[in-house]
Amino acid sequence: MTARARLVMFSVAATVIAAFFVAACARLPTFGTPDHPYGDRAVAAALTHRTANVVSSVNFDIRAFDTLGEESILFGTVLGATLLLRRARDERHRRAEAERAAPTTRLFGALLLPVTLVVGVYIVAHGQLSPGGGFQGGVVLATALHLAYVAADYRALKRLRPLTVLDVADSLAAASFSLVGLAGLIAGGAFLANVLPLGTFNEITSGGTVPVLNAAVGVEVASGLIALLAHFLDQAVELTDPDDHKTGER
Amino acid sequence: MGVWPYLAAGWVLLIALYGLVTSRNLIHAIGCLAVAQSSTYLLLLAVGYRADATAPVYSDLTPGARPVVDPVVQALALTDVVVGATVTALLLALTVQLRKRHHTVDPQALTGLKG
Repeated sequence: MTARARLVMFSVAATVIAAFFVAACARLPTFGTPDHPYGDRAVAAALTHRTANVVSSVNFDIRAFDTLGEESILFGTVLGATLLLRRARDERHRRAEAERAAPTTRLFGALLLPVTLVVGVYIVAHGQLSPGGGFQGGVVLATALHLAYVAADYRALKRLRPLTVLDVADSLAAASFSLVGLAGLIAGGAFLANVLPLGTFNEITSGGTVPVLNAAVGVEVASGLIALLAHFLDQAVELTDPDDHKTGER
Repeated sequence: MGVWPYLAAGWVLLIALYGLVTSRNLIHAIGCLAVAQSSTYLLLLAVGYRADATAPVYSDLTPGARPVVDPVVQALALTDVVVGATVTALLLALTVQLRKRHHTVDPQALTGLKG
């Protein structure tokens, strides 16, 4: 198909989509409406379960089963990327070279890495109280480790990153989400029922299973993301292009 | 404001689709897909907005003191972000392999099948 024909076809389709979309928007409740029946019920349910952050309560308590699907998608992606980015038969592995970084950059990395790790753990642990949670904190934790790569070199990152341990942690965290669900089934009569003591409102132990599931997701996201980035970085840093060594360029 | 925030979400979606259709680089196309996905965040958050309301977090707010925006769509937006990130990761992995095997990232140059 020529670029022109493609564009004409797109314009027709876009016009149809736009027309239906505008018609649908005209029937939606107006922007900023005070009428949010689901929102009001979710807030009430979160407050009865003594979870201060209602979004966390929706994710890990009311809709916890959906979050199980969500973290399974993440787990599947890590598996898929591992499979897609494995070393092919005609590729060679070369050791990453030591890079020279400015001392100030190294100092920046050495100081900021532990701070970022603590921030990540804080965000995971306080998911039931303040904005944040397992997904957000997990990403911060994974980013913290990669400061070693940014501020030093790939070798430093590899020393900090026990991939086998992280792969096992990823699987265990994914499994523990289901195990908490099964515990709810046995003790509370429903899969992922909030069976743990609810604690005092606005304290770190409040929310029942919410902090437990947050921790499981935090570990899974952090280790899964590090593993995912490891495969991408291996491609960029450690694998040689099959054509390069055929022609003997490197 | 009326329906304008909803229409803005639709506009972002159409712009992203335009980018996808005319794309000559798969990395650019993946970027367009991410833009298309962000239109859904805009739509979800616009649907959940309540005038003069604050975030649905009660750590420093007495319950009932102020109206809060809809937390359900915010949780959906979180799911949306996670799914978007995983799709981007898988597509980028596929692009890495395509570049290695076919020596191009131009979708319009990818015509032949190769075992």
